[in-house]
Amino acid sequence: MVDTLAPPRFAMREIRKAFGATRAVDGIDLSVTAGEVCALVGQNGAGKSTLMSILSGAIAPDAGTMRLDGEAYQPRHPLDARRSGVAMIYQELSLAPHLTVMENVVLGMEPSRGGLVRWSEVRRTARAALARLGHGEMALDTPVGELSVAGQQIVEVARALAVGCRVLVMDEPTSSLGREDTRRLFEVIAQLRREGHAIVYISHFIEEVKEVADRIVVLRDGRVAGETGSAAPSSEIVTLMVGRDVDDLYPRSRRDRGEALLDVDAFGPASVSFRLHRGEIFGIAGLLGAGRTRLLRSVFGLEPVQHGRVRVGAWTGRPTPRVQLSKGVGMLSEDRKGEGLAVGLPISHNLTMSRLEGLGPGPLVLPSRQDAAALTWIQRLAIRCSDPEQPVGELSGGNQQKVALARLLHHDVDVLVLDEPTRGIDVGSKAQIYALLDQLVAAAAARPRAVLLVSSYLPELLGLCDRIAVMRRGSLGPARPASALDEHQLMMDATGAEDAA
Amino acid sequence: MSTRRLLETAGPLLGLLFVSSIFGFLVGPRFFAGANLELIARQTAIVCTAALGMTMVIVSGGIDLSVGSVVALSTVVIALMLRTDATPLSAAVGGIGVAALCGLANGLLITSLRVIPFIVTLGMMILVRGAAKGMADERRIETPTTWLNDLLRTVDPDSAMIVPSGIWIVIALGLLVAGTLGYTRFGRHLFSIGSNERTARLCGVAVERTKIAVYTVSAALTGVAGVLQFSRLSVGDPTVADGLELDVIAAVIIGGGSLAGGRGTVLGTVLGACTMAVIEIGCSQRGLPNWVQQIVTGAIIVLAVALDRWRNR
Repeated sequence: MVDTLAPPRFAMREIRKAFGATRAVDGIDLSVTAGEVCALVGQNGAGKSTLMSILSGAIAPDAGTMRLDGEAYQPRHPLDARRSGVAMIYQELSLAPHLTVMENVVLGMEPSRGGLVRWSEVRRTARAALARLGHGEMALDTPVGELSVAGQQIVEVARALAVGCRVLVMDEPTSSLGREDTRRLFEVIAQLRREGHAIVYISHFIEEVKEVADRIVVLRDGRVAGETGSAAPSSEIVTLMVGRDVDDLYPRSRRDRGEALLDVDAFGPASVSFRLHRGEIFGIAGLLGAGRTRLLRSVFGLEPVQHGRVRVGAWTGRPTPRVQLSKGVGMLSEDRKGEGLAVGLPISHNLTMSRLEGLGPGPLVLPSRQDAAALTWIQRLAIRCSDPEQPVGELSGGNQQKVALARLLHHDVDVLVLDEPTRGIDVGSKAQIYALLDQLVAAAAARPRAVLLVSSYLPELLGLCDRIAVMRRGSLGPARPASALDEHQLMMDATGAEDAA
Repeated sequence: MSTRRLLETAGPLLGLLFVSSIFGFLVGPRFFAGANLELIARQTAIVCTAALGMTMVIVSGGIDLSVGSVVALSTVVIALMLRTDATPLSAAVGGIGVAALCGLANGLLITSLRVIPFIVTLGMMILVRGAAKGMADERRIETPTTWLNDLLRTVDPDSAMIVPSGIWIVIALGLLVAGTLGYTRFGRHLFSIGSNERTARLCGVAVERTKIAVYTVSAALTGVAGVLQFSRLSVGDPTVADGLELDVIAAVIIGGGSLAGGRGTVLGTVLGACTMAVIEIGCSQRGLPNWVQQIVTGAIIVLAVALDRWRNR
């Protein structure tokens, strides 16, 4: 229980921060008490990251005060904040992959005597920190790079505990975790809450936030848009986030199923077969590691397969990305920054990369034509940027993803193979992408496309898809109409549900 | 759009102006006399030509350490062919062709063995140097004088040529490479591969074929540098151009190229090569010893990259 009479663990008052003309944080009050999990939600650009960077000392505020356990708190840099007991766990983990678990836990504050590391002490500290998280069994000598993402996250939290943190900020900690690992992380958070830590939890997953948080603070345009308890309906939270009603997040136009565009037959080691038709969105559900990404990548030819064939229109064979693109099949990678986009290159270059033909005579590419082509899609997809020459890396996640999608539209593909298209992007961009996908397959479209969709977010699959198949341990179950399915059923199928017999 | 591109070349240009004005001050106004500028151009022609190819390689995220050895090999090939009564033109083409074959080998090894370019071209650097020495029997190869020896010879001040024909060749090649990088599918693919190879693959770019092509084309340009080197030496010399690759790489880096790939311009590279030539000639005309020149050049390289990082923050 939260003792409302005690001073809050930390309190931020009237915090302001502007970058140029943008007021990233515009007078925010936020306080969290010991033993409370406070979720911070909002669209990208709402000010969550800036606010937390101020709390963790990475950015100095323009105005406002902060208090930590009643005392004035003014961190000069992140290390300063860490010493005061404010630790931040970022989306991208900051571990040294070649060092062992215990080395990472004590990294930067190795117990030593006369410059020599005291390994017994290191071992003891690491063991104690992990035990407090209920993971005392973790092997201390394993290089962190060999652990799963979930395991690495536990090491990261243990590191925060080892320095004696009082406030723990977690930024999108579950974005790359499967269901089971998420549950384990939530247990860790519950444990931390019992120990009296104040936890700020940032996430895009509203269902998840409601599960883990005591209180939900919604930011919008650098201000607090509202605050609710975790029992509030999701629609209320989303409304606060976007500032308008999104009663229809998943639009559904009339769709007519046409001919099969992609025919996958006895493919890969588990002999996966399915058909994707024009005018439908076909979803593949499953847990992380079930082989969904692998299936998509091998259908597109990015990973080799020993068995089976793919038929696209009149062509049959083992695919390569070049062949697939020439047959009108395009893919969106789940790894937006690592594979999906060349973040150092301009929007125009990224957007036209798969199809430079037609942007100039013969083998030539005219930059003006490239920019003009990009500008068309920037306007049609409402991509927020300064100009087509802006490097993609400077855009927000949602806008980056729109560039990646626009590339498929510029290529004018018939089949869109999409791997986690809305991972880690804000609700506003999500809604736009949902609407776009619906338009692409709608019967009213000049040429309805086909979409093959992998997503870990079940409401999204159920809301968008016409048919859904569940993948488990590399093999694909039968495709069923989405209208006949619900989240519970999908989860049962994905986890095997042997226990439910 | 053009402001961004302008900024990208502004740095190397300011660097060159800065270095030039310092030596203009140290040496006096004669430093900017036409004859001296021509000297600088002739001095930089060889590095510049090889750096054009290196710019393409570095844009694609690769590197080629075999440049110096390939230049030496092509001077040897040219000299041997001239001694067998080949015409100067066919000897030059032969030198360029052998260089291109070295590049083709680099490209094939890098893509088929999946060994990083640094290692493959390091091996090739030593291998080709050995081959050049073997072909030349570890001696300089004297040749009859031909028009090849006039490529970098100072021209009559009244002539319509203005600068030696070799310089015109470099200018023409520079325009060609700049056009290729900026305005062709091949050029755009090089940027894609250098910036993010996985993205290029996702977009159906023929990554392997493009890499093989870029190492081949780049080495052919190195072959042209070999022709110019031969022109200056008028002998085939298997030990010439030792360490040239480092000057070439430095020119690209000073010019704003990134060893991480995805960035680099021909104009920047040319400015970078000129900066190094200005330092070299400025130091010698001021009577500064060679070691001073080396210290200044080294500092400029580090400074250029540091400034670039700072600018791109």
